[in-house]
Amino acid sequence: MADDRDRDGTELAVAEFHRKIKEAFEVFDHESNSTVDVEEEEPTGYIRFEKFLPVMTEVLLERRYRPIPEDILLRAFEVLDPAKRGFLTKDELIKYMTEEGEPFSQEEMEEMLSAAIDPESNSINYKDYITMMVIDEN
Amino acid sequence: MRILRPRKLTELRLHSWSGHFQAQNQTPDILSIVMLVTQSSFKAAALIQRWYRRYMARLEMRRHCTWSIFQSIEYAGQQDQVKLHNFFSYLVDHFTPSSHNEKDFLTRMFTEQRSPQGSEMENCGDCESIEVPDSYTGPRLSFPLLPDHATALVEAFRQKQRLHARYVLNLLHEARKHLVQLPNINRVSTCYSEEITVCGDLHGQLDDLIFIFYKNGLPSPERAYVFNGDFVDRGKDSVEILMILFAFMLVYPKEFHLNRGNHEDHMVNLRYGFTKEVMHKYKIHGKKILKLLQDVFCWLPLATLVDEKVLILHGGVSDRTDLELLAKLDRHKIVSTMRYKTRKNKKQAEEKGKANQMGSAERPSPWFLPQSRSLPSSPLRPSTHKAPRAGRSSSVPCGVPLDPKELSRRVRRSVDLELERCRQQAGFPAIKEKEEHSTSESDVDSDAEEQPEPTPEEWRQVVDILWSDPMAQEGCRANTVRGGGCYFGPNVTERLLQKYNLQLLIRSHECKPEGYEFCHGRKVLTIFSASNYYEVGSNRGAYVKLGPDLTPHIMQFQANKATHTLTMRQRISRVEESALRALREKLFAHSSDILAEFKKRDKDETGLITLSDWAAAVESVLHLGLPWRMLRPQLVSSLTDSKLAYKSWLENLAKEKLSQQNIQSSLLETLYRNRSNLETIFRIIDSDHSGSISLDEFRHTWKLFSSHMNIDITDDCICDLARSIDFNKDGHIDINEFLEAFRLVEQSCSGGDVSDCPQVTASSNSVHTKASSVPVTQGASEAMPSSLLECLPYSP
Repeated sequence: MADDRDRDGTELAVAEFHRKIKEAFEVFDHESNSTVDVEEEEPTGYIRFEKFLPVMTEVLLERRYRPIPEDILLRAFEVLDPAKRGFLTKDELIKYMTEEGEPFSQEEMEEMLSAAIDPESNSINYKDYITMMVIDEN
Repeated sequence: MRILRPRKLTELRLHSWSGHFQAQNQTPDILSIVMLVTQSSFKAAALIQRWYRRYMARLEMRRHCTWSIFQSIEYAGQQDQVKLHNFFSYLVDHFTPSSHNEKDFLTRMFTEQRSPQGSEMENCGDCESIEVPDSYTGPRLSFPLLPDHATALVEAFRQKQRLHARYVLNLLHEARKHLVQLPNINRVSTCYSEEITVCGDLHGQLDDLIFIFYKNGLPSPERAYVFNGDFVDRGKDSVEILMILFAFMLVYPKEFHLNRGNHEDHMVNLRYGFTKEVMHKYKIHGKKILKLLQDVFCWLPLATLVDEKVLILHGGVSDRTDLELLAKLDRHKIVSTMRYKTRKNKKQAEEKGKANQMGSAERPSPWFLPQSRSLPSSPLRPSTHKAPRAGRSSSVPCGVPLDPKELSRRVRRSVDLELERCRQQAGFPAIKEKEEHSTSESDVDSDAEEQPEPTPEEWRQVVDILWSDPMAQEGCRANTVRGGGCYFGPNVTERLLQKYNLQLLIRSHECKPEGYEFCHGRKVLTIFSASNYYEVGSNRGAYVKLGPDLTPHIMQFQANKATHTLTMRQRISRVEESALRALREKLFAHSSDILAEFKKRDKDETGLITLSDWAAAVESVLHLGLPWRMLRPQLVSSLTDSKLAYKSWLENLAKEKLSQQNIQSSLLETLYRNRSNLETIFRIIDSDHSGSISLDEFRHTWKLFSSHMNIDITDDCICDLARSIDFNKDGHIDINEFLEAFRLVEQSCSGGDVSDCPQVTASSNSVHTKASSVPVTQGASEAMPSSLLECLPYSP
């Protein structure tokens, strides 16, 4: 149900992209000065809209970052669960998420745990978890 | 200023729009392929993390959008209020009643029966005469108050008891006696008490106050508190909060301090719920309480200065802020930052009316909205002077100009006719343009009743500190969003701090998602203590502690049991739903205008428009500055061929709103659009707070108001409407009935019977409220004093 054109990047598509990008940018541009601050506690830098726009347009045109499909996600969890139990224990999840890949911060870990872990079994049934997250978004 | 990790920004870009393109093409990317092939747990973990972070980024986006919705609607509401007051100001200036009834009505509406200073009220002879029945089981106060009384009061309110009107009045009297002695700028030192805790807006949310006392400890000689304004309005327990704050102020006068906020103002209270709450809780004595409160509010200090280094005030500052002037002025003169002028001398007022109409460059000092030569004219005033160039802060509410000339012309035309007729009837000569200017300052002074008016400069100084907001850009400009005060930049802050040798400015006035926010290089701290302000889960509250070294330590909290069982995801969903509901209502309220805009973009009359056009159309009507494309999926559910069938979309919006009454939807639409104004008008008309107004009064005001606001609605329509409500045949409208019939009034008052004999509703609920500390603090949680319970209030 895309309302943009094919990947040729016709003018219309680009114009529409530009508008969308601008809108999203402005949501974070609280001071309305065409910049978005970047950094943790203190803003040590910022991104200017003029720079952001062309980079982002290209990203969208090339479809460089595609959403991760559900089944791939499921398989990823299954790789972490070779015994095919259907779940990961809390400790296992913490270990993988904080030691492998691009590790989570403590804050991220806590937030994921709060939603993912079933307090009774102290584990995450990943299939249900994925389904829940997907439904919530749609 | 927004904190955002670079990674998040990357993720957010793509996945905010993931739904917009290629749902079909599911070819995995490189990472996925490698993971599948190698079964590498490293890659698998990376994939999951990536997915999760993108999800969180989208969530963050939704949160921001939701926040934007709430804020824009809130500020639009404030602009409305300014427009409303502009309207009344115009009335006062230009309208001369043509009949005896009208005259009475206007007189009642616009004349403050302000009792001369230090008259009957001071002795509280009145309240002594109020009997407290034996059956009353609520808290009883005796004066002078002791600390135990104050503590008991907190406990009683926690148990949902109500304080008898007699004690309320007593307490207010004592509070006023104390406040009168205080300077405009309270000076506080940390050598007496070891720490000072500063709290921001509470807005009638008693749970938050009780939580702060629980978490931080009750006020004591060792534990000083500063409450930085906006104690009342919006929340449902403003009365109780005031009682507690005043009680502690009396008990610990050296350690407990209050600053005035822009909501400590009877005019603002009319609109934002405090007046309603008082009348609801105290049907018999409410009026008296409100009258006294009006005065008490004026006596609240304007700012607090800690160790001569940390300045605490409610709103902000401007490039003209002059602490010396602020310290010297008579703060009691500033009744309201939106006040009406009192008119006791009618003849003089008429003359003034004439003079005003000429729009002389020399405006008399404080009118309803004092003007001076250096400020842009209000949209309603025909102006002969030029507007200033940007740079100077316009600190006078000047509203959002809506094609000022046109508006001005229309209103003037309708009112002018009336005016002329009256004058002729009264035998006055026709108005000559630009004649007699008896508009000097001295004139006003001589007109003064018991209290002289503040000068324009004084008034502006106070408005500035109660209404201004910080901004990131340098400079100082008019705060058009609020309609009062200014936006002040880092250079303004810097200059002020240097000029007065200060190191930090603490202010409130703005809701922040985390309950606090630093800006201007950490020289300005916003502290906001009303958690869940827009909706359950919308934001945290916070308070800040200053030790002897004056380093701020922030503590955050969220006083609601439910919130903590929700994940961030759920919390955001909930708040989002609420925001969207409010937004849909706003859309409905402007259906006709929106339809017109749609039609403009559908010249071929296909009944369909593109989403791009939809966004543009909606924004052009609502002017909320929202990211409509982001919000579109939540507002528009079905598309035909990637276009929107707009008529049915609008119809769906209306379906949500149509009530049982057979009111045509366009009228309903108008009502919804103007609901806050309607209610405020009602309450202003009902100046004796009797709870009912006459049909004539309503129609009359409505007629003027709608021509002023350019609302297209006929007199007959309003009459029909009124008649269809079940109001008694004596031609009076019961306000609450009327509004409730259209579900225009939110059930914000605490339920149950309301009388001046409070009931005891004991409830012992246990609560789990969490406070989380921010890295910047050393959060030490103290044991609660044994005189309070272990349990915390539960708010459903």
